[in-house]
Amino acid sequence: MAERILTRNFDVKNAHTLRVYRGGGGYQGWEKAKGMEPGVIAEEVKNSNLRGLGGAGFPTGVKWGFIPKGSTAPRYLVVNADEGEPGTFKDRYLMERDPHALIEGMLIAARAIGSHLGFIYIRGEYVQPWRILSDAVAEAYDAGLLGKNIQGTGFDFEIVVHRGAGAYICGEETGLISSLEGKKGWPKVKPPFPAVKGAFGQPTIVNNVETLACLPHIINRGGEWFAGLGTKTQGGTRLYSVSGHVVRPGLVEAPVSVTLRQIIYDHCGGIPGGRALKAVVPGGSSAAILTPDEIDIPMDVDGPKSKGSMIGSAGIIVMDETVSIPEALMVVARFYAHESCGQCTPCRESTGWIYKISHRIVEGKGRKEDLDTILDVAKRGAGTTICAFYDGAVGPYISYIEKFRSEFEDLIRSSAHA
Amino acid sequence: MTGNARSPEFTAEQLAEVRRLQGLYPDKRGALLPALTLAQETFGWISLEVEEYVAGLFELSPAHVHEVVTFYTLYFQQPKGRHVVAVCHNLSCHLLGAKGIIEHLTQRLGVEVGETTPDGRVTLLSVECLCACELAPMMQVDDRYEGLLTPEKVDGILEGLR
Repeated sequence: MAERILTRNFDVKNAHTLRVYRGGGGYQGWEKAKGMEPGVIAEEVKNSNLRGLGGAGFPTGVKWGFIPKGSTAPRYLVVNADEGEPGTFKDRYLMERDPHALIEGMLIAARAIGSHLGFIYIRGEYVQPWRILSDAVAEAYDAGLLGKNIQGTGFDFEIVVHRGAGAYICGEETGLISSLEGKKGWPKVKPPFPAVKGAFGQPTIVNNVETLACLPHIINRGGEWFAGLGTKTQGGTRLYSVSGHVVRPGLVEAPVSVTLRQIIYDHCGGIPGGRALKAVVPGGSSAAILTPDEIDIPMDVDGPKSKGSMIGSAGIIVMDETVSIPEALMVVARFYAHESCGQCTPCRESTGWIYKISHRIVEGKGRKEDLDTILDVAKRGAGTTICAFYDGAVGPYISYIEKFRSEFEDLIRSSAHA
Repeated sequence: MTGNARSPEFTAEQLAEVRRLQGLYPDKRGALLPALTLAQETFGWISLEVEEYVAGLFELSPAHVHEVVTFYTLYFQQPKGRHVVAVCHNLSCHLLGAKGIIEHLTQRLGVEVGETTPDGRVTLLSVECLCACELAPMMQVDDRYEGLLTPEKVDGILEGLR
């Protein structure tokens, strides 16, 4: 079994406390980073091949480099802890079981980008994780790891824990920034990108919880070591959230070279009751669905892409042979219709109508033309909106219908309205 | 237009807390969501009067605050029950029986989704992914997550809600 890195403290009693975290080697990455030049930290992270683990998979070190050189404006580090992608629960585990790993990662990132103020934007529903994380931040302040002139280094860094109020779109980084600014969570037109003009109009780096939790290990053991754990284009292990029809649903940590088949059958015990696999969502509900002949792929950023899908947030939802795919599509379509922020017409209108059509198909009122209507509407809207939300919805719309078309057609044929 | 029983006003300590929150952000408006959360904890729900009161604390128009309140699902624009039971109906929970759990709850509580029991004890909601899919089917009961639900388990949880 591969070495546990991100989950190494998960079974340690009271690992959420500073005392236990430090006793297990915690904050050693920061102890090293505080003596390093910011540019050297960023270089180490670039060498690690760390890719953003929230969904987009952008190289973290490169993202940091987008802050304009020579800018003297204050810059902010914002943690995206607004975990909301259906099928994903990894950041909740990190914040509940190892919150100091996130704080330590923030310190390292803040030093690298020259930020003195960080925000953790945590979804409002996560009450328990918020309490644990807030206590950990308070402990870090008490121990002099946060605040002014940290450990006599002359480096200041403050952390504000900010709770959201229920909106999936706030996981989109510019929607998150709008929300942090006290507005409804409408995404913003890019450019300017947040690294140039982000929260409160200043350069801002938004990183996911898990991404930041990798940093102490990268600094401790070197970028090359981290890169060596993964594939050619992505370093490290990552946390796979696995749910649905598997014997052992839960969190799996594995090198990003692990295959989807290995996760389902080796790590999670396969399908219950010896039933057959029908379909898998590989990276949160916005990822195109895969069929059983498409699961021999590495679960790095490139594997699912090779099958027209995406790794996204690495939320894996497994469906066995008993599942009605039209019903699954309706559930997913309801989600996108509910969570569209309403700003862009193609997204607001299409998500609503596609949900209504998918609903009537399931109700036995489907019409012959419905499937082509959904595909047409889905394809027309793709790429026309401010943020990636609608493109994310299009992934399931198209793949569920194209890969399981006959199942939809049978359902429509058997309905009285066909 | 419905109003709160008493005209909304924070205590001196709460006002100090709002001022402290405002000071944490480069622009005090950043504290609007936390302040609204505090208002809801204090007044039970966010009426138009509460929106107007909070708007005054931020020197914002009530229209801006209304726009924010209506955007987020965790702000209640009408009185809610003493407890909120929110069942996830997204994909992983759907695959493992969320529909049956919701039906069971509507029967036990005698209300439809979105309604509050006549005695004001429970508001029943069905919601999008709460990101605890490994516990499917699951629901949020006030501050806590309850997972691996069965009708029997749901009955036990309801008994604990007074």
